[in-house]
Amino acid sequence: MKNKNAIKPCLQDRVLLIINTILMILFGIIILYPLLFCILSSFSRGSQVMSINIIPDTWSLEGYKAVFEYKWIWIGYRNSIIYTAVGTLLGVMFCVFAAYPLSKPDLDGRNLFMGLFVFTMYFGGGLIPTYLIYRSYGLLDSVLVLLLPSAVNVYNMIITRTYFSSQIPTELREAAFLDGCGETKYLFRIVLPLSVPILAVVALYYAVGHWNSYFDAMIYINTKIKRPLSVFLREILVLNEADDITSSMDPDALASLEERKNVMKYALIVVSSVPMYILYPFVQKYFVKGIMIGSVKG
Amino acid sequence: MIRLKRMWRNKALYLMLLIPFAMLILFRYVPMYGVQIAFKNYLPSDTISSAEWVGLRYVMKFTENYNFRAIVMNTLIIGVYSLATFFCAPTLAICINYLTNQKFKKTIQTVSYLPHFISTVVMCSIILQIFDARSGLFNAFMNLIGVESRNYMGMPGAFAHVFIWTGIWQDVGYASIIYIASLASVSPEYHEAAMIDGATLLKRIRHVDIPCLLPTMCVLLIMRCGQVLNVGYEKVYLLQNSMNIEASEVISTYVYKQGLTQGLPQYSFATAIGLFVSVINLILLVTVNKITGKLSGSSLF
Repeated sequence: MKNKNAIKPCLQDRVLLIINTILMILFGIIILYPLLFCILSSFSRGSQVMSINIIPDTWSLEGYKAVFEYKWIWIGYRNSIIYTAVGTLLGVMFCVFAAYPLSKPDLDGRNLFMGLFVFTMYFGGGLIPTYLIYRSYGLLDSVLVLLLPSAVNVYNMIITRTYFSSQIPTELREAAFLDGCGETKYLFRIVLPLSVPILAVVALYYAVGHWNSYFDAMIYINTKIKRPLSVFLREILVLNEADDITSSMDPDALASLEERKNVMKYALIVVSSVPMYILYPFVQKYFVKGIMIGSVKG
Repeated sequence: MIRLKRMWRNKALYLMLLIPFAMLILFRYVPMYGVQIAFKNYLPSDTISSAEWVGLRYVMKFTENYNFRAIVMNTLIIGVYSLATFFCAPTLAICINYLTNQKFKKTIQTVSYLPHFISTVVMCSIILQIFDARSGLFNAFMNLIGVESRNYMGMPGAFAHVFIWTGIWQDVGYASIIYIASLASVSPEYHEAAMIDGATLLKRIRHVDIPCLLPTMCVLLIMRCGQVLNVGYEKVYLLQNSMNIEASEVISTYVYKQGLTQGLPQYSFATAIGLFVSVINLILLVTVNKITGKLSGSSLF
């Protein structure tokens, strides 16, 4: 119960609060409507062009059938899952191995190292020099080009470091060292188990980044079989190169080629977004924490 | 001597740092060394150090290019436009903060950051579908309120609006989390005291909430200023088509096209343009940082 002495808002305030509630309901609709539209359209037969009605007239799984029968989507899906998993692991390792030493106040040269890391957040070689240098490393068309450079994420490293230095008490380290624990053992046995929230947030950032990136794969990877899902998505969804995939759909079930393409696109949008939304509820509770730590000046 | 001893004692830490530091050098600093080709005539047969120096030739070539004005203008329009909409997230945070029903508040918050996890490619395809001239949701809606269907993706005049507002749709909820968290940390006593003194809701927003958000806003705004010319090529590139190209060609997409998609790649030219942008961004960042540091005391470094 609210306490009885709470000050009653004046009329003007009450009106404002009501307007605010209405605005927020509108806002929620604006966010949800297009999402629901995409999801529900993927189950339609594509017959309701030009309508704001989101409930399909007739339900159908034709779109999904077409998506599942297209083998390149599966190859892309498999690749993306592998790249995301390995890339995230590498990224988290990078963060921990850089953040842990740099979180120690008595490390000589700490400020110099930190400066070198932070500088890359504000200045970089740019697209072309980076491309040429990676090419000279022999990374062109190699899977490694998608995994290694993107592990170097200074922002993630800084939030990990902030967490280590602000959330892990230094007494713990003294106690552990008195008991004969070494540096690595201390990191793996004590610090990391205490850092699950920040590791979850950083892992989520890496995973989302890997799953969503298409540009690097587009410029560095030429072999079709090595491409991640996002590159295939770009071809089908944005460049409209989907003729061979829609041809496998039952031509009678769906009116025209255009409509078939549309349904298939919506199905593909849903299928390709599913993994991120499966991950999302698990890490949702760590969001605020991660973002707040990130906002503390490094 | 003590110092060396301490460093020796910390050898495990230095060893640990070695791997990430080597990666930083290899993948971030070595490419910076490659920036010198902006001032060289780099041909595909050359190595970076062997190419012949030509000074500012390629920077001049860009500033004298007949496309220069249009491309810089497009970039600036999108950059400044997105800077101007920076206040959407703090506004949303205040609105959400004043919802009285806790359940509804939680729901709206969760809903608001759902779109953040949509990938760029999928987001762009959703945009293309929604704004489609024949079957798009947006046109269907506009028809309802009596506006004729239009091909918005083919209209240069509409590009910046579509680009910015779809970006807000996708990210405003996520961007507001940080503000909502700082609003939640305001002690309720401030609000009670203000209410006892007869402050209306608007006055409380003005004198309690906004001052609490200001430091965070300053830091984020400074960071955004350093990005004004850094319009993300990923999304722009995907939304480009031959009909809206006059409004959608920005510096970063131009660099990509000049450098990597031409039959005879113009590496030096593209690098020079990229460097031009990086330097301007860096100058902007440092200047804005200085100014806000002087004005409000909150600065990045």
